[in-house]
Amino acid sequence: MGVWIMAAVTFREAARKKMLWMALAAGGAFLILFGTGLHFQAKDFAAHGMSPVLRREISFTMVTMGLYAVDLLAVLMTILTSIDTLSGEIASGTIQAIATKPVPRWQVLLGKWFGFLGMLTAYIAIMVVGVNAITYAMAGVTARHLASGLSLMWMESIVLLSVTFAFATYFSTLTTGVLTLGLHGLAFLGGWIEQFGAITQTQRAVNVGVIASVLMPSEALWRRAAFEMQSPLASAMRISPFSTLSVPYGHDLLCRDLPDNRTRYRDSPLLSA
Amino acid sequence: MSRYCDLAIRTRGLRKVFSGKVAVRNLTLDVPRGEVFGFLGPNGAGKSTSVKMLLGLVFPTSGEAQILGRPVGDVKARSKVGFLPEHFRFYDWLTPTELLKLHGRLYGMSHSKLRERIPVLLDLVGLTPHRDKRLRDFSKGMLQRIGLAQALLNEPDLIFLDEPTSGLDPVGRRLVRDIIKRQRERGATVLLNSHLLGEVEVTCNRVAFIKDGEVLETRQLDDDLEEQTTVSIRAANVTAEIVSGLSQWSRSVRTEGERVTLSMSSGAVMPEIVRYLVASGADVYEVTPQRRSLEERFLEIVGTDGGL
Repeated sequence: MGVWIMAAVTFREAARKKMLWMALAAGGAFLILFGTGLHFQAKDFAAHGMSPVLRREISFTMVTMGLYAVDLLAVLMTILTSIDTLSGEIASGTIQAIATKPVPRWQVLLGKWFGFLGMLTAYIAIMVVGVNAITYAMAGVTARHLASGLSLMWMESIVLLSVTFAFATYFSTLTTGVLTLGLHGLAFLGGWIEQFGAITQTQRAVNVGVIASVLMPSEALWRRAAFEMQSPLASAMRISPFSTLSVPYGHDLLCRDLPDNRTRYRDSPLLSA
Repeated sequence: MSRYCDLAIRTRGLRKVFSGKVAVRNLTLDVPRGEVFGFLGPNGAGKSTSVKMLLGLVFPTSGEAQILGRPVGDVKARSKVGFLPEHFRFYDWLTPTELLKLHGRLYGMSHSKLRERIPVLLDLVGLTPHRDKRLRDFSKGMLQRIGLAQALLNEPDLIFLDEPTSGLDPVGRRLVRDIIKRQRERGATVLLNSHLLGEVEVTCNRVAFIKDGEVLETRQLDDDLEEQTTVSIRAANVTAEIVSGLSQWSRSVRTEGERVTLSMSSGAVMPEIVRYLVASGADVYEVTPQRRSLEERFLEIVGTDGGL
């Protein structure tokens, strides 16, 4: 019971403090900008008589680009909205009157976690569906395997939310922010090292990226989501500026024998050449 | 076991060390049910840490503690506990009614019970006209009042009030005194942590003086007649013979004009002294017992070096 009381109050806090509405307004502005850009692009393509295959491929890249921006916004939203909820309440003493109620601590924590999860789920769903609806309306294209991609982006948000909560139970708001963003930055950098490792066929560099993704799987979840959602051609070629060359698989998290991961980029036609 | 059940608070050798610094050294305390118990000590004496340990907000390093016959931290025990924290902070985006509803739900109270209880409490703390305002628009005193209402929501058996009158005007202080009195009449136990010794003196049955995380002394406040008392008497026609007769009750008699000051072993002998004076022909205008204030006792027991 305590879980749902705390979840409801957390969700209400986001709405009452206008956090939720401002995020949706900013998201709306993003979708308008994205739609406007896509509209003019579609017009120009028609005017220049571009081939349908190329038009389709560029539209797919535009969806991936839009979703990449949504992912970035979702990462920031997850960390920034939840960063102060525990550490701030511990520092100000607000938590004292709550923690002395006959509700186990884990219920208070889980309730808050669910409250933010509800808000972030709504945000990610609205933005991902919005980007796809716009691209479909303008160019007749939607992301491939949308449900898988959406689920993976949602999981990325869950990972970041859980890491933020874990740090916030012990550290101050600022330290929690530095640690969570730092870890995500580490994963982001690791992801790029892995990509370049795959391009240059440097297994050790790939391994560094894999280790970073095991430590903090947020970026790997996005790269897998992008892989799921990109065009069939880009997927086959494994090339896209917003996607990945070295594709993360679920078993990465369990895999201890890192050299086995070589198979991931060996399949790439670019590298097997 | 039954004796423990008669105790609202029982601690044995409770100790808390924060990063090598001892906050509470050895807290051993018995507070019977139905008592208003004052917790006194200088700043940094370990009062707030002790209260936090009793509420399960801070884990003790060693020792044991029970509240309402259950180990500290037990969820069931907390259902009959009310707490007003010293630095009272709530979700300021809520209205008082919403805040009480949230805390009531966390106590496991039903919606119908809350619909009945919340207006009563808002009325009790004088916040009915402000029930639809957001807490962010409340003054410190108003926040203190809503905090008090929150601490009384579940009709608790044990209430922890940490500096409940800080931020309150004299009317508010009077209100707190009346509420404590009413809780005592209801049979609830109140642990009052306050720096305002005057408040403690008029509210508590018993006080503990705490310093360096240890109880130095506990003292009953409602049996003052048994204590050594100084009395100041204003009377005319007090002859030297009458003054020497007063020595049967006091070894220390001082006269200054119409004012006679004497120390007695017990306040209980005061009527006897008045009867003696009148029978000896003195005209008695005024008899004023000069009890040592709690502040004097505090300084005597705790010392004048204060806290940190």
